[in-house]
Amino acid sequence: MSILILAEHDNASIKGATLNTVAAAKAIGGDIVVLVAGEGCGAAAEAAAKIDGVSKVLVADNAAYGHQLAENVSLLVAELGKDYGYILAPATTNGKNTLPRAAALLDVAQISEIISVESADTFKRPIYAGNVIATVQSSDSIKVITVRTTAFDAVAAEGGSASVEAVGSAHDAGNSSYVREEVAKSDRPELTAASIVVSGGRGMQNGDNFAMLYSLADKLGAAVGASRAAVDAGFVPNDMQVGQTGKIVAPGLYIAVGISGAIQHLAGMKDSKVIVAINKDEDAPIFQVADYGLVADLFDAVPELNSSL
Amino acid sequence: MKVLVAVKRVVDYNVKVRPKSDGTGVDLNNVKMAINPFCEIAIEEAVRLKEKGVVTEIVAVSIGPKVCQEQIRTALALGADRGILIETDVEVQPLAIAKLLKAVVDKEEPKMVILGKQAIDGDNNQTGQMLAALSGMSQGTFASEVVVEGDSVTVTREVDSGSQVVKLALPAVVTTDLRLNEPRYASLPNIMKAKKKPLDTMTPEELGVEVTPRVTTLKVEPPAERQAGVKVADVAELVDKLKNEAKVI
Repeated sequence: MSILILAEHDNASIKGATLNTVAAAKAIGGDIVVLVAGEGCGAAAEAAAKIDGVSKVLVADNAAYGHQLAENVSLLVAELGKDYGYILAPATTNGKNTLPRAAALLDVAQISEIISVESADTFKRPIYAGNVIATVQSSDSIKVITVRTTAFDAVAAEGGSASVEAVGSAHDAGNSSYVREEVAKSDRPELTAASIVVSGGRGMQNGDNFAMLYSLADKLGAAVGASRAAVDAGFVPNDMQVGQTGKIVAPGLYIAVGISGAIQHLAGMKDSKVIVAINKDEDAPIFQVADYGLVADLFDAVPELNSSL
Repeated sequence: MKVLVAVKRVVDYNVKVRPKSDGTGVDLNNVKMAINPFCEIAIEEAVRLKEKGVVTEIVAVSIGPKVCQEQIRTALALGADRGILIETDVEVQPLAIAKLLKAVVDKEEPKMVILGKQAIDGDNNQTGQMLAALSGMSQGTFASEVVVEGDSVTVTREVDSGSQVVKLALPAVVTTDLRLNEPRYASLPNIMKAKKKPLDTMTPEELGVEVTPRVTTLKVEPPAERQAGVKVADVAELVDKLKNEAKVI
């Protein structure tokens, strides 16, 4: 059975989440075809062709796909996808936006955020903020699946030599248009790909105090995240939120600063390899998942930690 | 204009659920139930649009067993004008929910359907997108701002890289993210008034929608537990542990 993967890309390059999705496809087994839908996305398609394990790249290079609007891309995915046994995308905001729409057009269910492949039709996925793991079996002829990227180790970005084939179909639903984007600019690693993440919560008290975490992160080569409380309070923007409904991270080291540890936050980070919690409340639930807990005032501990590295 | 809001009955977000010991499902005995938080945000947004004079009527729809009337009554107390319960005891999955909502959309012809981006039980994040596909509507998912102007709605979306603004022709589907608004509490007089608001009940059969599940849950289990960690005395010990024991820095 062939597998179609909707690539995560920015026209110029392939995003890491695509590599994790290819890993999930390999676990399923079959011919792996990557679809790059965009505008001026030749470079991304070339990069996709080099991914280890990919046999073919389909490029749909058209103005209609320029900003990867779900209304248009889902029509393309549904058209191409009907000949495949599986359609996969990473569970990024883009994948989550487009794939259910394509699934509905194909009249099949979607299985969201799988964390393992048990067999050709059976997968594991977290529910209830990760407090329960469900093993689910699909009876649909086409299995549409989003992949939790942290659960699958990325395949090599180089080493493959897939053929690249242009797709002519231009679907423009004509009912939506892109206005603008505000992209957070940062020299730090991407939150979902970083090997170390430093996150701040309500205990940070305000946005200015996050400067301490940025400084610590720069010493560690880390990304900076936040709890929902810190984002809701306006300390930092939404793209930094780690949790059930924000970003899911699983770095080698996660340092939670001034975060109490609501289950919704734990859902986004508890698969990290090593968790450090710094909180002055010794009863904070974050300590129940932390490998190393430091009960201290973060305004003393973080500068001290920073200077001792 | 008329707005349709979907509300789901879920386990209260403060409850830490556990699988039943035989792995056949989640233990929901004597567990507090509530409106899915994202659906509450959807109701609030509709009510605010009505207060601004943009929306004239709000219809709250829920799908599930009879007890889901409670969540519709809450929506009515928060400001919805009338309710529709699609009553079924079958475990209705996102595709079937989208089909049922499409049937309601075909009848009611709302200009906008507002839903939560996901329910905190199944964590699927599919229904709004599927409804938009089936109804041929545009979609503004993960919304943090919704501005209606004439025949279109401008939606600011929370995306991985920051935020994205899209302009959608109406009718459109909007799914709510956390920062769209802060839902109000229902006042006692409004709770009393809600009891008198109309609530229709229909069934999937009456709507001509097949709701048989496509995905079967074979078992549920708790996630792998983390080993309990240690408390360190000070920053020096923490740095030492990270360097020499965990070897992560």
